[in-house]
Amino acid sequence: MKKKDIILGITIIIIGLILMFVMKLYNNSQGDEVIIKVDGKIYGKYSLDKNQEIEIDTEYGHNTVCIENRKAYMKEADCPDGYCKHQGHISKGNQTIVCLPHKLVVEIKVNDKSSGDNAKLGNNNVSKDNDSEDELIPDAIVK
Amino acid sequence: MSKKVAYCAILIALAMIFSYVEAVIPVNFGIPGIKLGVANIVVVVGLYIIKAREVFVISVIRIILVGILFGNVMSILYSLAGGILSLIVMLLMKKMKGFSIVGVSIAGGVSHNVGQLAVAIAVVENLKLIAYIPVLLIAGAITGFIIGILSSKIVPVMKKEVEKVV
Ligand SMILES: [Zn+2]
Repeated sequence: MKKKDIILGITIIIIGLILMFVMKLYNNSQGDEVIIKVDGKIYGKYSLDKNQEIEIDTEYGHNTVCIENRKAYMKEADCPDGYCKHQGHISKGNQTIVCLPHKLVVEIKVNDKSSGDNAKLGNNNVSKDNDSEDELIPDAIVK
Repeated sequence: MSKKVAYCAILIALAMIFSYVEAVIPVNFGIPGIKLGVANIVVVVGLYIIKAREVFVISVIRIILVGILFGNVMSILYSLAGGILSLIVMLLMKKMKGFSIVGVSIAGGVSHNVGQLAVAIAVVENLKLIAYIPVLLIAGAITGFIIGILSSKIVPVMKKEVEKVV
């Protein structure tokens, strides 16, 4: 082993740690909406405020995303690897769940709290996706 | 010629064993399908005992065999992207002065992971996956380091043994 080997290894690890730290800080506020994308296109938007189970059936397969206590997680998936089920509960703007075999990504969107337009937009999607509109604060504001 | 055959046979056999271990005990980075790249050890060793062209052939054969046996089309795609990128980077590193097999292997481990992530980003068409890069860089450097140390022990032994038999 040579000196340059060590320098290379340590440099990469330091860069990794710095990036990790920066990414932890970036966009890490509590999200408002869950956006599910398949093939890079939006499949649906769902409010994090409402506990719900979302069934996703695409040409690639089946997934069930569950929203519980303002957190989203992959409850079921019939993908061959099943990794998506082990990616935990997400709730922050910089977190994602990925199911690669199904080309599916679950993202968290943080709405800009200062803008009324955004709140309205979020609400519209929520009411579109759910039949019941209970205890949603944005709802109350709009009404 | 027969010496070359012996080397290639040992390398493919080793590669299959490591790939099997990797398929059975997957290390989960939270990124589906991305492997630790332990089987890369064969490529690192190969670079120091046979020609680059032969290493390339061996790693492509390995990736396809492993894909058929333990994976699917997608996993072949990831492994090919990771495998080919890391092979190119390692060849360049080997030509550079000042790096031993360990440094070459570190660069290989890191580029292996970067290649796989690039395919993952292309597949789901979602740049948010970039968030995984820090973990992959660190994991790649550590695996690369371990593989490099192991390879530095394996290379002389393999050369000696094959010399004895052939
Ligand atoms: Zn999955």
